[in-house]
Amino acid sequence: MMRVDDLVAAISSLQRSDLEAWIREQLVVPQHEAGTLLFTDMECARVRLICMLHYELEIDAGTLPVVLSLVDQLYDTRQRLLSLTAAVAAQEKDVQAAIIAAIELNAGPSAVDKS
Amino acid sequence: MNDPYETLGVSRSATDKEIKDAFKKLARKFHPDLHPGDKEAEGKFKDISAANDLLKDTEKRRRFDAGEIDASGAERPQERFYRDFADGPAYASHAAQDGFGNNEELEEFLARAFAGGGRRSQAEFRVRGQDVSYVLPVEFLEVANGAARTITLPEGKTLQVTIPEGAEDRQTLRLKEQGMPGFGGGPAGDAYVELHVEPHPFFRRKDDNIHVEVPVTLREAALGARIEVPTISGPVTVTVPKGSNTGTTLRLRDRGIRNRKSGQRGHQLITLKVVLPAAEEPELVAFLETWHPKTQQDPRKEMLP
Repeated sequence: MMRVDDLVAAISSLQRSDLEAWIREQLVVPQHEAGTLLFTDMECARVRLICMLHYELEIDAGTLPVVLSLVDQLYDTRQRLLSLTAAVAAQEKDVQAAIIAAIELNAGPSAVDKS
Repeated sequence: MNDPYETLGVSRSATDKEIKDAFKKLARKFHPDLHPGDKEAEGKFKDISAANDLLKDTEKRRRFDAGEIDASGAERPQERFYRDFADGPAYASHAAQDGFGNNEELEEFLARAFAGGGRRSQAEFRVRGQDVSYVLPVEFLEVANGAARTITLPEGKTLQVTIPEGAEDRQTLRLKEQGMPGFGGGPAGDAYVELHVEPHPFFRRKDDNIHVEVPVTLREAALGARIEVPTISGPVTVTVPKGSNTGTTLRLRDRGIRNRKSGQRGHQLITLKVVLPAAEEPELVAFLETWHPKTQQDPRKEMLP
């Protein structure tokens, strides 16, 4: 767990005022404990990602929430897809093959419109 | 560690702005958090970051150019990326989901499933097609002697099936790569053909031997004869010994089914069945009425008390 001071010290490019703004906008969600803001390892990594997007890739403050929302949706979708894949992977081999074949049929360039 | 100029794709005389722009472009392309499914992205991004860290620092760049430090002099400590958490089981705070660990197998399965439709050229995944099974009714003589059959499947495809000599009922033949087509360049699945042997009107099979019941006339049985009998490989002449009876068994050596392992043929066993004349024979009737057998015969002796 890291406090705001720890984070600002650890990431040289990070401006304290920016971090405070991101917290207000809920781009990062630290935990409140006895009046102190604490960042989990995951939130710290998220702050690093936002720093990369903002300071290095020069995504401006107004666009940042849009990009992060898309990133969140991407990971959300991956979670669902991975649990779906785990369910498929738990099936018998012939069932797996049938599902792959059906995906191939739907996604392939040679897909035939059955309507 | 590669040459940092090469890694960023800039010349040795590149300005700070050129280096920054090159890094920006590559970081967009390879930042692992923006490419969670791409296993190579992390390694590439680390190289790019290390090269950038070295070249953006004027003092380090001067010392590298002067040969005072090598390219690894600027490597950053191991960084845990956001995707390590977001793809992991702890991922919860920004888009609540029941968690599932990032799993190499799942990634591979996904890549495999979408190998055809994906926009990115993934590593090539070859998946074998599905196996298929068919039931093929075959005639007794086709399995006894072996045969080649062409069967047409419901979807219009034809299959060449070689029925091996001596195949057995319910035996399954495997036709390699005659099943469903594979994808991603993978081989087709196999076709399994189960033989259902139809019974023959007079041949019966027992292991490698063929049993057949052959009717003979009263005269042939009593006086002996040379008669023609069917075998699985065509008619053969056999000698019916004088005084043969219903139930008398004759053996034709090596006229049975060839054993697939030993190559030896079984035998044909002929059981004779004496038949009385079909039409009226008044002379025979007259003879029997006046016939007095030398020995009294009671064929039902053992059946009755």
